[in-house]
Amino acid sequence: MNSRYEVVIGLEVHVQLTTKTKIFCGCSTEFGQSPNSQTCPVCLGLPGALPVLNRQVVEDGIKAGLATNCQIAPRSIFARKNYFYPDLPKGYQISQFELPICEHGWMDIETEELGQKRVGITRIHMEEDAGKLLHNEDNSSSVDLNRACTPLLEVVSEPDMRSSEEAIAYLKQLHQIVVYLGICDGNLEEGSFRCDANVSIRPWGQKELGTRSELKNLNSFRFIKQAIEYEVERQIDVIDEGGKVVQETRLFDPDAGVSRSMRSKEEAHDYRYFPDPDLLPLQISEDWIEQVRRQLPELPEAKIVRFQDEMGLPAYDAGVLAAERRLAEYFEVLVQLYNKPKICSNWVMGEVLGALKEKNLEIVDCPVSPELLAGILLRIDDNTISGKIAKIVFEEIWQSGKTADQVIEEKGMKQVSDTGAIEVIVDEVLAANPGQVAEYRAGKEKMMGFFVGQVMKASKGKVNPGMANQLLKKKLSE
Amino acid sequence: MKFHDLTIQEMRQKLISGELTSVELTQACLERIKATDDRLNAFITVCEEEALTAAAAADQQLAAGNAMLLTGIPVAVKDIFNTLDVRTTCGSKILDNYISPYDATAIVKLREQGAIIVGKLNMDEFAMGSSNENSAAGAVHNPWDTERVPGGSSGGSAAAVAAGQVVAALGTDTGGSVRQPASHCGVVGLKPTYGRVSRYGVVAFASSLDQVGPLAGNVEDCALMLGVVAGYDPADSTSVDCPVPDYLENLKEGVAGKKIGLPKEYFIDGLDSDIKQAVAAAIETYHQLGAEIVEVSLPHTDYSVASYYLIAMAEASSNLARFDGVRFGIRQDAGEGLIGMYQQTRTAGFGDEVKRRIMLGTYALSSGYYDAYYLKAQKVRTLIRQDFHDVFEQVDLLLTPVAPTPAFKIGAMVNNPLQMYLSDIFTIPTNLAGTCAMSLPCGFSGEGLPIGLQLIGKPFAEAEMLQAAYAFEQATDWNKRVPEL
Repeated sequence: MNSRYEVVIGLEVHVQLTTKTKIFCGCSTEFGQSPNSQTCPVCLGLPGALPVLNRQVVEDGIKAGLATNCQIAPRSIFARKNYFYPDLPKGYQISQFELPICEHGWMDIETEELGQKRVGITRIHMEEDAGKLLHNEDNSSSVDLNRACTPLLEVVSEPDMRSSEEAIAYLKQLHQIVVYLGICDGNLEEGSFRCDANVSIRPWGQKELGTRSELKNLNSFRFIKQAIEYEVERQIDVIDEGGKVVQETRLFDPDAGVSRSMRSKEEAHDYRYFPDPDLLPLQISEDWIEQVRRQLPELPEAKIVRFQDEMGLPAYDAGVLAAERRLAEYFEVLVQLYNKPKICSNWVMGEVLGALKEKNLEIVDCPVSPELLAGILLRIDDNTISGKIAKIVFEEIWQSGKTADQVIEEKGMKQVSDTGAIEVIVDEVLAANPGQVAEYRAGKEKMMGFFVGQVMKASKGKVNPGMANQLLKKKLSE
Repeated sequence: MKFHDLTIQEMRQKLISGELTSVELTQACLERIKATDDRLNAFITVCEEEALTAAAAADQQLAAGNAMLLTGIPVAVKDIFNTLDVRTTCGSKILDNYISPYDATAIVKLREQGAIIVGKLNMDEFAMGSSNENSAAGAVHNPWDTERVPGGSSGGSAAAVAAGQVVAALGTDTGGSVRQPASHCGVVGLKPTYGRVSRYGVVAFASSLDQVGPLAGNVEDCALMLGVVAGYDPADSTSVDCPVPDYLENLKEGVAGKKIGLPKEYFIDGLDSDIKQAVAAAIETYHQLGAEIVEVSLPHTDYSVASYYLIAMAEASSNLARFDGVRFGIRQDAGEGLIGMYQQTRTAGFGDEVKRRIMLGTYALSSGYYDAYYLKAQKVRTLIRQDFHDVFEQVDLLLTPVAPTPAFKIGAMVNNPLQMYLSDIFTIPTNLAGTCAMSLPCGFSGEGLPIGLQLIGKPFAEAEMLQAAYAFEQATDWNKRVPEL
């Protein structure tokens, strides 16, 4: 924290929605198809073509609004944002200006430095994306309009954040929410979650906001943090050198770690917003809002509380398991099949996440399903295998996709619980280690661990360790 | 063969009875176009081959007994409708080479009813004009006096119907662009209620005002054409999902007992005396037909031209942004970069009137001017709409002149755009209000030029308006006169 200046940050996030079709036409939104293969007269902006609103986009907008405590507008308006660019086929973008779908929301964020804090959400509006320009080697450019007209939500925060940490905490939480809601795939690199940051500084105690600059091209949480910190330092330097911060848009270059001025306020576009006459005002009834509210999944905050209160998990476990919707779903399916939440939590956080991390996989790609994992845990419970063997079984299942029972059967991993069989091994171990037996009997009881280890080793881990312990004690005290 | 004094219904009967084939009819129509269009310039594109192929197919349908409402009947459409395989220029150089990959909804509907589209009609560039002088394809000439304008912007549509080149045509009406040329050319032209006909595939001029409308030689044909193109279209969010009545069914109902209002603001001093007389005679006709005539007021009429041009130009400035040379149309590129390409393309591609309107509209939407111009105009529009709402509580229909003067000489107003804009005063308010209106012949000036009468109906009450028009047409014979060509 700077001793002389307070940092003020507001964020604008573009959330690309995962609807199957585009916002104003029926074309597919699938990523990575051949250029201009997913286009029609509407998204190509051909003369005479007209937009028709995709209802799913409205529902996704309502979901985002409800999840961030916004008021959903009973009547909202689409507006045209006019500017020329080759990736913008109509020469205007259909967006919302006055009367967006959501307003006056908030999210509580948490940072280590400052604890919990409420960040206001000014508005959320729906709009269409532009296409993409591909720059060719011969200095010409090609236009790919597959992305044109794909749906976006723009989430605009109040200038409530005071540090890059808070900005990141806000973004991570918003990211978590939209992914949880299932309205965005959350992929920052592919541009599904894009952030612009408005940054200004002011002397502590000053009420008016300082002049802000808008930072663009921030496509990872790390770059956002870097860009904000660079910008704060730059503005402090400007003021310290007797200069004035000018309102401008700056482009962050992550390779160089610096931002460069893209255009000043004077060069800014006059977008000539006006209501789009091709689209009627959007009416959203209370009923519709309630219908969407009922479809909302449980959000992470609520899940964390429930995991602790109902399942008795420690706060740490609850936080880790609820962080990702798919992970939480995996965990909850597992608990349904094997109702010992803490043991489930240990396995998910330990074996499952460990193996995923090692293989660089997502939870949805985990080869050991909750059903398969529950199969292992049940065999520990009924003493078929020990906890140690169970980890080997887990690895086997990961490789082969077979069930725990199949693996145990095929590999002969069944735990030995037959007293006679264990007695034979115990006798062998005691006979092979007369020195240690003497030490134990002379009062060195710590030697018990050694004997158990030897029994397990001799049995390749298959002996029930509790029974081995009991038998050893009995034999050694004879 | 002479066919151009037949109505749609007469053609239809002859086609069904086998007295006439669609190929014969279409050939005759193409010959008539060839014989007259060097003097009129009503067509931008004549699609002879496509039309004859379609006519042959229509003859098969007729032979099989599958006659739809327009099977085998040649019609033409304003060059603002997107048509598959035939170029759609909008009267503009910028679209000189443009072929649409799809048909407008109105075209689809015409084809579904078996119509033969013989060509694309001349128009003011992007429907911007009241005289059809603003066309890259050259001015259209009025069949009644080829030194005069046919009116605009659907000037080609009106001239073609008046000259018997086609029996009916489609135009579009943003501020009078169907009714005013219909009036100047002595044909029937109808602007439906906003939302009655799909705008999908109609190149937009001013989206909140544009509406597709038919032009024909008589009220019945006009009603038939309206029935073909009207109806809800999911592809146009502004089209209205309300049932389309059979406009022909009760056409002969008459006007006895109907209340017809004369808005006093439309009977102004500057009105041409021939028009004043013709309209007065029409009022008398309605009186004799049993209608009750009352004077009413539309108090905000004076503000309609100003607010119309602000709204229309603002919308146009945005609608025409897509003509940027990037994806279609004529691109001009002297290698001076992207901005240079935009400037050269649009400078060379658009005519003066289009450029004027884009600039004015851009200005009206600009930051700092928006409230004073665009927003103010929208507020006035609300008042004008309220005027009509109030007046339709008192009367069933309104009766007014269509234009303050008959057709003027080509070139007479070229240097006075404001005067030209003011000539739309009687037609503009209905576009702002969104209600329906039509023009029908009600007399001739001393110089032998047609004069039109405007009927304005309640929203979605086209049927009632057509009944009144039909009654008038039956009581008079103005529509029977044809120009000598």
